[in-house]
Amino acid sequence: MTQYLLSVWHDRDATPEDIYPDPAEREQSYADTGVFNEELRTSGHWVFAGGLHSPSTATVVDGTGDEPVTTDGPFSEAKEQIGGFWVVEAADLDEAIALAARGSKACRGRVEVRPFQG
Amino acid sequence: MTDAGSARVVEDVYRAEFGKVVASLAGRFGSLDLAEEMAQEAFVEAVRRWPTEGVPPNPGGWLTVVARNKALDRLRRESTRQARHEEAEMLTAHEDPGAPVTSVTDERLRLLFTCCHPALAPEAQVALTLRLLGGLTVPEIANAFLVPERTMAQRITRAKRKIAAANIPYRVPRDHELPARMRGVLAVIYLVFTEGHLPRSGSDGIRDDLCAEAIRLGRVLRALMPDEPEVAGLLALMLLTDARRAARLDAEGALVTLDAQDRTLWDRDAIAEGHALVRECLRRNRPGHYQLLAAVNAVHTDAASAADTDWSQVLALYDQLYAVTPTPVVALNRAVALAEVTGPASALVVVDALELDGYHPYHATRADLLRRLGRHREAVAAYDRAIALTANPAERAFLSGRRNALT
Repeated sequence: MTQYLLSVWHDRDATPEDIYPDPAEREQSYADTGVFNEELRTSGHWVFAGGLHSPSTATVVDGTGDEPVTTDGPFSEAKEQIGGFWVVEAADLDEAIALAARGSKACRGRVEVRPFQG
Repeated sequence: MTDAGSARVVEDVYRAEFGKVVASLAGRFGSLDLAEEMAQEAFVEAVRRWPTEGVPPNPGGWLTVVARNKALDRLRRESTRQARHEEAEMLTAHEDPGAPVTSVTDERLRLLFTCCHPALAPEAQVALTLRLLGGLTVPEIANAFLVPERTMAQRITRAKRKIAAANIPYRVPRDHELPARMRGVLAVIYLVFTEGHLPRSGSDGIRDDLCAEAIRLGRVLRALMPDEPEVAGLLALMLLTDARRAARLDAEGALVTLDAQDRTLWDRDAIAEGHALVRECLRRNRPGHYQLLAAVNAVHTDAASAADTDWSQVLALYDQLYAVTPTPVVALNRAVALAEVTGPASALVVVDALELDGYHPYHATRADLLRRLGRHREAVAAYDRAIALTANPAERAFLSGRRNALT
């Protein structure tokens, strides 16, 4: 078994209204994601999952020097930022991809699948 | 046997057996790196021993067992070093290289699907397939795709690392995944073929080695999946295209179009084999992209002369192909057949409506239609555009010849 990070990526400046222009669609997506989460728990794939506040709420901390330095985030200026993620346990990449496809459909976003070390 | 004789045997065995040895070891040890390295070492040993000891009766089996034993030695050394005793205990004793080896068909199929996994970049899929199944060396692959050797080595290493780290499974996909995954495998093999048939750049008009390797892989796949009509279709398509190779370039190395080719130069055996495969596909009656392209090529290779070509049949096949694969490229090729059936004017109307500005065959086709309609000034402009967009020397020579005849 391998653990995978399934991360959901959104446009940096996108508000929930941008991602789901239709409120009913947004509610449906939240509901679908809830159902998917429940299915992950039942099937034993679930490790952890969560949605994140917008990238503008992020803070970067550099503790590599003598004194920790704190700056306004996010860390990366990339146009796309993580909006949420799952950590799942799967037999192999094919199984993780199948889970990611279902998660992507539920949350209406593209998902990156990345293996954990060890 | 002479040294030269056994060297040739090793070379032949290498081409035929490398993929099998790698597949067998990958199946047993779960590491592509180890499988590749030990397969290579087994061949080095064959080169050293066969000239004096003679070629063993089952060279492929000999190589597999030697490679396997080398892998076991390597793992034992490593586990001693790392003091992983339980792993060492799991490893079985050396095998006798003379002992018969069980079938490796499934392992090769698994290896092919792993190399062509959609999580790998297309260029990495091609490179891995050629390296691990085809046994081409990194410099050979780098040379074929005109990238620096270092880049190609990195590409292959990175892909193998991803397979290991992301746990890309080493297996034939399950039934529900198979159609999509099969398309990926066929696309990789056909990409190798088209790169050989009409290299995008470089000094060679045709690269025989890549065509031959793609056909070899097509035969392997066909032997492994005899009931897949698209596999038969792809093999037929490659055979029927490659059969015309000797007639495709003139003495100056310029491309010769189908209508002007000397048909006595065509490879009759390849054509017969291709036609038999197309007939088999027709009997199965499960048409698909490659089968229809093969059928088009069967019509062409069936005609004694260009004038005898059954263009209405070609057009009907392209109609079917467009229903399966509705892309502008298929529409363009269909228009070529349409020009033969209803004339260049109606074909030009179709072509002009396509959005394929960056695709050189689009401009070459337009140029030819305009030329046939006597619109020479526009034809010259279209030839110029086509020439600017292709780096293939044979095609450039052909297009320049046509262009210059109009001015």
